[in-house]
Amino acid sequence: MSIAGQIPWKGLPVLAAGLGLWELSSRFFPLVGNYFPPATEVFVTLAAIVGSGEILLHAAASLARFVEGYALAATIAVSAGLCLGLWRPLYMLFEPLIELLRPMPSPATIPIAILFLGIGDEMKVAVTAYACSWPILLNTIDGVRSIDPVLMNTAATFRLNPWERFWKVTLPAASPQIVTGLRVSLAIALILVTTSEMIVSNDGLGFYVLDLQRSFRIREMYAAIVALAMIGYALNRLFVAVDDWVMAWHKGLTRKEEIP
Amino acid sequence: MLEVRALKKEFQALSGQPVVAVEDFSFRVEAGQFVSIVGPSGCGKSTLLQCIAGLSPPTAGRVLLHGRAVTGPPEGLILLFQEYNKSLMAWRTVFKNVRFVLENPANMKRSEIDAETQRFIELAGLKGFESHYPWELSGGMQQRVAIARALARRPEVLLMDEPFGSLDALTRMELEDTLLRLWESLHATILFVTHDIEEAVYLSDRVCVLSGRPSRLLEEIAVKLERPRNQLSTREDPGFIQTRHRIFKLISKELAVP
Repeated sequence: MSIAGQIPWKGLPVLAAGLGLWELSSRFFPLVGNYFPPATEVFVTLAAIVGSGEILLHAAASLARFVEGYALAATIAVSAGLCLGLWRPLYMLFEPLIELLRPMPSPATIPIAILFLGIGDEMKVAVTAYACSWPILLNTIDGVRSIDPVLMNTAATFRLNPWERFWKVTLPAASPQIVTGLRVSLAIALILVTTSEMIVSNDGLGFYVLDLQRSFRIREMYAAIVALAMIGYALNRLFVAVDDWVMAWHKGLTRKEEIP
Repeated sequence: MLEVRALKKEFQALSGQPVVAVEDFSFRVEAGQFVSIVGPSGCGKSTLLQCIAGLSPPTAGRVLLHGRAVTGPPEGLILLFQEYNKSLMAWRTVFKNVRFVLENPANMKRSEIDAETQRFIELAGLKGFESHYPWELSGGMQQRVAIARALARRPEVLLMDEPFGSLDALTRMELEDTLLRLWESLHATILFVTHDIEEAVYLSDRVCVLSGRPSRLLEEIAVKLERPRNQLSTREDPGFIQTRHRIFKLISKELAVP
């Protein structure tokens, strides 16, 4: 599928109306406008802070944390999820712990991470990785455990050794759900990077947004928030593009199942 | 060649009650034979095949392949399932699904593996579909892929668990004939489980009739119909009709509900 085909053109009128409403409301109600500068001004400001490079340094710091935290979570949670999915006794051992930790809002780990890791990058990467791990872990476990017995019996009747069974059957069969977990975690990673930067940092987009608000640079603050939204959107698009390419077989399969 | 001695399979139902699926089942399959097992549905035919395939250990009794006891999936024996949509790898193309079983004991060169894969794809009537994914094909074509894959491994014994059970009547006939053609040209040995009496008679040298649960062997009936078989003339042959009649009577007694 081409990139152009993925853009939801039909939704553009609503998007345009939203931007128009933003522009008009802030221009016609000065009281609102004080805290809510017009869209056009925000985008001009965005261009200015990009041009001056001010925002780019913060974006680079945030993206680095994002990549480290997300990659760490993906590596650990996929590996752990595969082990827990494959060995039921291991899962039984860890199930209560997982069920207790999982519902806890992840930002609650920030104070603990500060105690142990300080206020630097390690802390931010760690809390991001922690929060991202859950959807990946649970989806991977479920993906492995829900592989159809017929498929595993087929692997058995063809006498695959455990190594081949893992690489050629278990992993590909569980991959659609692993990808689902990775996708959910993408948004979570960005949330945790921003939140941890807002709490304690001297760079990154989270810090930048809060700092701009505190110094009453309202236009810049909105511009930075818009930049965050755009980064989130771009990351998701990138993920979908990779997903469409790597998991083409699964896209085709599910598309076919949708057709009655 | 394949021998089952006094096999018993018992398992726990969800209620905790032990259920005997198969009881005191003994029989032999000789090399090159086509043997079918028929019985009322739910009688434990699939359980029996799982035991023979070494996928599920029997509670009592033994399965012997060439005189060696089967304790796990043995070399030279492949079980083919009814659920082609689950047993085929959705992430591999038709070609790669078949190639897959030749990669595993990697004693062939790449080019040989590819040539052998292509040969079985063509034998199973799948030429032109090599680069399709299984889910792009009809049910009958998918089961052809599963058959090509199983036979490409050159098993001494192919076990088939109601392979055509979910196909429509015409597709089923087509596949029956493909299977017979492959069985003859490859000198394979096939143990075929079905609940379709006519299918069993049409395909087999011998039909084993099972009782309702717990499954016992009621009778082994030799099918003396000439080969190659033909969907019209074989099914209209008086011998075919008599054999079908006899098996039906045996099974209907099992089905009789008071």
